[in-house]
Amino acid sequence: MRSAFINQLVLEARNNYKIFLIVGDLGYNVIEPFREEFPDRFLNIGVAEQNMAGVASGLATEGYCVYIYSIGNFPTLRCMEQIRYDICYHNLNVKIVSVGAGFSYGPLGTSHHCTEDIGMLRTIPNIVICSPCDPIEAEFITTFSSTYNGPCYIRLGKNGEPTINKKEIISQLQLGHPIQLLKGNNIAVLVTGSILNYVNDFILSNEISASLYSFPFIKPILKQSVLKILEDHQRIIIIEEHQKSCGFSSALLEVINDLFFTHAIDQYPLIKRIGIDDTFINISGTQEYLREKAGLVLSNNDFNF
Amino acid sequence: MTDTLIFAKKVREICIDLVFKKKAAHIGSALSIVDLLSVLYNRIMKIDPYNPKDQYRDRFLLSKGHACIALYSTLALKGFFNIKDLETYSDNGSIFTSHTNYKVPGIEFSAGSLGHILPICCGLALAAKKKSEPWRCYCIISDGELDEGSNWEALLFAPQHKLDNLIVIIDYNKIQSLGSTNEIIDLSPLKEKLRAFNWEVREINGHCHNEIELSLIKSNYNNGKPKAIIANTVKGKGISFMENKLLWHYKSPNEEEYKLSIDELHT
Repeated sequence: MRSAFINQLVLEARNNYKIFLIVGDLGYNVIEPFREEFPDRFLNIGVAEQNMAGVASGLATEGYCVYIYSIGNFPTLRCMEQIRYDICYHNLNVKIVSVGAGFSYGPLGTSHHCTEDIGMLRTIPNIVICSPCDPIEAEFITTFSSTYNGPCYIRLGKNGEPTINKKEIISQLQLGHPIQLLKGNNIAVLVTGSILNYVNDFILSNEISASLYSFPFIKPILKQSVLKILEDHQRIIIIEEHQKSCGFSSALLEVINDLFFTHAIDQYPLIKRIGIDDTFINISGTQEYLREKAGLVLSNNDFNF
Repeated sequence: MTDTLIFAKKVREICIDLVFKKKAAHIGSALSIVDLLSVLYNRIMKIDPYNPKDQYRDRFLLSKGHACIALYSTLALKGFFNIKDLETYSDNGSIFTSHTNYKVPGIEFSAGSLGHILPICCGLALAAKKKSEPWRCYCIISDGELDEGSNWEALLFAPQHKLDNLIVIIDYNKIQSLGSTNEIIDLSPLKEKLRAFNWEVREINGHCHNEIELSLIKSNYNNGKPKAIIANTVKGKGISFMENKLLWHYKSPNEEEYKLSIDELHT
């Protein structure tokens, strides 16, 4: 996903002279193509994320479309107030890009586990939150963000995620809509981010009849698109590589609650939520291993409720 | 009396009037920067109140957003908006919040949380350099907010990128929210620190209009060095009983104090 992002950003930057990339001294073996082709619109600001968000705000005020790039918690939590007050309150054209979503950098330890970012950013007005699941979604989100005039958060995984989406389908995607990847009966599984690949494999290899939806947009989530899913599915499983509280599933619950309250749906669906249960993971391990430790796994039983 | 001194006196009057009528705080912080603003807005910066978004204007950003009444009053007197509008200061529904609000004409960027504006000014100054535009970026930051680490990130950044179009004026009144700066976080030797960071540094009396003007005119804007002007100031400057008193970081004048203040400005 990291390389899909940077390669797409290079393509966009060839036509869009306003695109500017700032990195926080991270991105080795990723950001080089951009730096080499657009040295005047590239900056390694050093290990200084608050300054990175501030400088981006200044550049965006003067008309640039500024991407700030670093690992997980650094361009997000570390400069949360700059994001809220400088970028979002002023509604500036700054794109915050984090790599290493969830447990992507599992062995690096808790500092590098990016598992609270969605919750913290989601409450801030004006920001669009994007969480692609594969390189094709990452490319789409990169293009989308370069044409969208306002703050975006782009939550990327690492490199080497398999491609699940189809290019011709994703090209039709609009802000706030999910993508249906599998069609089944009764149960819908709603996923955001790279854990979707695991879910997709599980459903296919166990021959489970379930619909699978990818949500590259966590904010906004359009009510109409959720309503459409609920029309065909009364049982829902939501999976995210993030704390269970305040993240993707919480966002969906808010939408579903409002649909129920306004009588857009007559019946409240059964919803199973799979996320990190209010805990830190303090051991080393691969992404797969830590997902399992955090309970981010499926069993056939999960589909019987 | 020179035009900027007359201007500064008017700004002080409006400030006193506003904090009295609205029972507002931060008069000491506002009075501390009135002279700096008067010189900047009347003698130094290229600005046009009738074209406040002119691409080639100089930018001014106030980092100590709590001193906003000094800036609002300055902008009103310069004609960015009608001075009567300012009567709504801090009222329900007013855009004149008691920390700077970019919804007010002439306010380039909102501030209120300390340590935000200097990085933003670095971004603005960098944009001017990238686009080869001749305008400059001025900002006033407080001494207390130099406690914030974000400022030191920016202080490292600006010389690295040769932002000689960035002018930072430090309102060095040596009193912060709960006491004196040397007791809380001592900044001294501030001039030496900034010089060691490769800034072009000047130290001036921040109430002497001539010194303020000369320091800005004398600066070399083509030497690759950002400018830091340490303006030695007096919190509450201009109203004798407010000067150098921590109390006036928070207190608003009562009727008697208000009358005394206005009398003092008129003598």
